[in-house]
Amino acid sequence: MSVIVRLPSQLRVVAGGAAEVPVEAATVREAIVAVETLHPGIAGRVLDDHGALRRFVNVFVADEDVRFLDGLDTVLEPGQTVSLVPAVAGG
Amino acid sequence: MYATGLICRECGTTYDAEARYACDVCFGPLEVHYDLEAAKGAVTRESIEAGPASIWRYRALLPDPGESPVDLGAGWTPLRHAPRLAAELGLADLWLKDDTRNPTGSFKDRVVSVALSVARRLGFTTAACASTGNLATSVAAHAAAIGWPSVTIIPFDLETSKVAMTAVFGGTVLGVRGNYDDVNRLCVELVAEHPDWAFANVNLRPYYAEGSKTLAFEIAEQLGWRTPDQVVVPVASGSQLTKVAKGFREFRALGLVDGPDPVLFGAQATGCSPIATAFANGSDVITPQRPDTIARSLAIGNPADGPYVLDELRRHGGDCGSVSDGEILEGISLLARTEGVFAETAGGVTIASLRQMVERGTIDRTKTTVAIISGHGLKTLDAVVDQATHTAVISPGLADAEEALRFTQLVAAS
Repeated sequence: MSVIVRLPSQLRVVAGGAAEVPVEAATVREAIVAVETLHPGIAGRVLDDHGALRRFVNVFVADEDVRFLDGLDTVLEPGQTVSLVPAVAGG
Repeated sequence: MYATGLICRECGTTYDAEARYACDVCFGPLEVHYDLEAAKGAVTRESIEAGPASIWRYRALLPDPGESPVDLGAGWTPLRHAPRLAAELGLADLWLKDDTRNPTGSFKDRVVSVALSVARRLGFTTAACASTGNLATSVAAHAAAIGWPSVTIIPFDLETSKVAMTAVFGGTVLGVRGNYDDVNRLCVELVAEHPDWAFANVNLRPYYAEGSKTLAFEIAEQLGWRTPDQVVVPVASGSQLTKVAKGFREFRALGLVDGPDPVLFGAQATGCSPIATAFANGSDVITPQRPDTIARSLAIGNPADGPYVLDELRRHGGDCGSVSDGEILEGISLLARTEGVFAETAGGVTIASLRQMVERGTIDRTKTTVAIISGHGLKTLDAVVDQATHTAVISPGLADAEEALRFTQLVAAS
């Protein structure tokens, strides 16, 4: 099913300047792998050597932090947006 | 100026001193790097003492502010000896770093003065931020003082006084239907669309955060160029605590202070305690929490500097308090009635956490302890108006007054 992956400015260079990449994916992990297939170099920036989410990357599905959902295994609905957002401190 | 550029705290990649906040390689946070070897001997107690009564007395150890800093007079706030509160808590030697006394009433003036100074040097002309309230107020004030427009973005349902204290400076104030973590995430996306805006705590974050080091610098200098044994710091994103630790380390590396690194202690509200929880569980992973606490300025459920706070707390055997809303209000009241200092809810968190950690024995009663009081009580009047009100309302007659006073300790009942 088709979902949209929204990239932070730091990753758009890798994706030829694109802010959003449409992919076919059923979970967040599949979506990241699908973007990697189209634009190699992205997965390694988002995931660590063990395939887990790097600790300074937040992922949102339909505006919900996936850490409140099922993490990388969070199931996606067709048409949903997956946003990759760097974690930034300070209030 | 001894700042050399930016360095990633996670992977060590270095960058020039530009407006950049996340590492291109791993998204780790960037930090300002200094050539402390070159500063050694050149930055002295005397050179600092000859500087202004503000954070800019430490200019050599801060990011380059350009020709003149954006400065409303942040910092050099009183370090108050607190014998009455110490006696109440059973402590031998307690001091309060009274940051209620900053230009807009919170420690945020330190970080904003640094962030907007660097922003102006880099050519920005608009100030912005994501905020739980105090930062928005400070950004709006400093922007007004240099004639810049400002865009401050806050949860829409913050305390009335924080919204008013921000809006009065005339900038754009966006209230977001969501919590601070929603606001933060929105601003990280907004900065990609408006790279010409200086978001104090997003694209200027590495510089902004450095401002908190001045808390440590001042505490050490005001104690007579020595480090305290223990410091209690309120924790939201964790930036303040990690930079306080960095400040003491830099002073020690430069040979400016006597004494070892202080043991650092965190203070959180139970309604938003992701770091206290991870600390108590012995975990390295911060599980985000949906905040529900009257300490709105500390209500960050997904604290980006959390892992580094855990490192600092564990480095020298610290601890992290976690206190209820009721304990926060008691903390505000205890501080006010024993020392004459009116703190916002975050200060109540600090005092209540101090009490908690003294009672469970992690804070040593015999050692010199400093508690950071980060914001003024007028900012969170909403929290105390129910309990802090008239003792009695009377008619303007002597008999009525005497009758009401019979119920106080001032006039003995007849």
